[in-house]
Amino acid sequence: MNKFQDYAHLIRVAAVFLLGAIAFVAVRAAILPKSFGRYGYYRGDALQEITSRLVAYAGHQQCEGCHPDVLEVKAKGVHAHVNCESCHGPLAKHAEDPSAVKPVLPNVATLCVRCHSENIAKPSGFPQVDAKEHAQGQLCNTCHQPHSPGFEAGGKK
Amino acid sequence: MNRRQILLLLPAAAIAWDFVLAGTPEEAPNYNAMDHWWGMLLDITKCIGCGSCVQACAKENDVPDGYFRTWVERYHVDDWHIESPVVDSPDGGKEGFPQSELKGGKNFFVPKLCNHCVDSPCTQVCPVGATFHTADGVVLIDYNYCLGCRYCIQACPYGCRFFHPTRHTAEKCTLCYHRITKGLTTACCEVCPTGARQLADLKNPNDPIQAFLKTHAVQVLKPHLATGAKMFYNGLDGSVR
Repeated sequence: MNKFQDYAHLIRVAAVFLLGAIAFVAVRAAILPKSFGRYGYYRGDALQEITSRLVAYAGHQQCEGCHPDVLEVKAKGVHAHVNCESCHGPLAKHAEDPSAVKPVLPNVATLCVRCHSENIAKPSGFPQVDAKEHAQGQLCNTCHQPHSPGFEAGGKK
Repeated sequence: MNRRQILLLLPAAAIAWDFVLAGTPEEAPNYNAMDHWWGMLLDITKCIGCGSCVQACAKENDVPDGYFRTWVERYHVDDWHIESPVVDSPDGGKEGFPQSELKGGKNFFVPKLCNHCVDSPCTQVCPVGATFHTADGVVLIDYNYCLGCRYCIQACPYGCRFFHPTRHTAEKCTLCYHRITKGLTTACCEVCPTGARQLADLKNPNDPIQAFLKTHAVQVLKPHLATGAKMFYNGLDGSVR
């Protein structure tokens, strides 16, 4: 019986641990976001927050819905696979309300050379020019039709 | 009501309150993450270093000036010196590249972005679970839960993360998660004029990129780190770090 003489000490220690455990569980439940752990070790609501962001670039499918004429011209030339917003910029707002948001025409003087100025690191087959020497100060669209800058006979090349 | 009845009622009330807190479940969106597994093909043989992707990314995602979720590097490798390439990336390649003063050797552009690794070091080190993997293979950051400890920024072996100067959280490419879940491609892939960047759904057997990956010698960056990177490069030179 001597062994358990001072068991009251053990009860106090056990009580402290128990209270600590209860406090831990209670605080954790209070501060952990409700959706934490819904899909994994993260806040499930974060997915909804990230996906609800609005898009800026409408995507070429949407452009082509209203501008099939441009698509037709473009499909014939070497720019067939260059998407509309690559040159015209982000236009999701225009696609949403075409009359309210009017796209601004891109500045040809700076636009074309972005891709077509000469650079040693560009793939050798890619059409590139020294703009100053090639255009002699003229704008690119004086000679080239931007939507279809192919080399067919007749009209702008 | 006696004490015994109140004690019996308490757990039931707690469970009921839990349902009240949970609210009504959100309407399931039209997108099932389990049906997709996202990656990207970056074709170095097609990249012209125009920087359209960098600009589009900044416009689509409000990336602050001087910070990049995606950027383009220009490599110059003199003869056989693949251990010491000369790399430049003025303003992340956002405004394109001026003609190089270095002549000869190998020269090419390398577009870079988050590799959305399957075993991502950044996710492993986050102490609070603010960066995570989605079921469709995208690594995202919960901006409302991130503490801003910057541990993940140090952990990323590709240097793809940065500290957002005003939001004060970690930040990186989301693979345009708000776009791909709506059936659109990423902003960078949308504007790439040469098709050097193409989004790939690795769970969709009809995706043309899958056919490309099966028939070409592609490589990921730093494969020896076994991060499970999902950005596949075609024509990747051994000098690229």
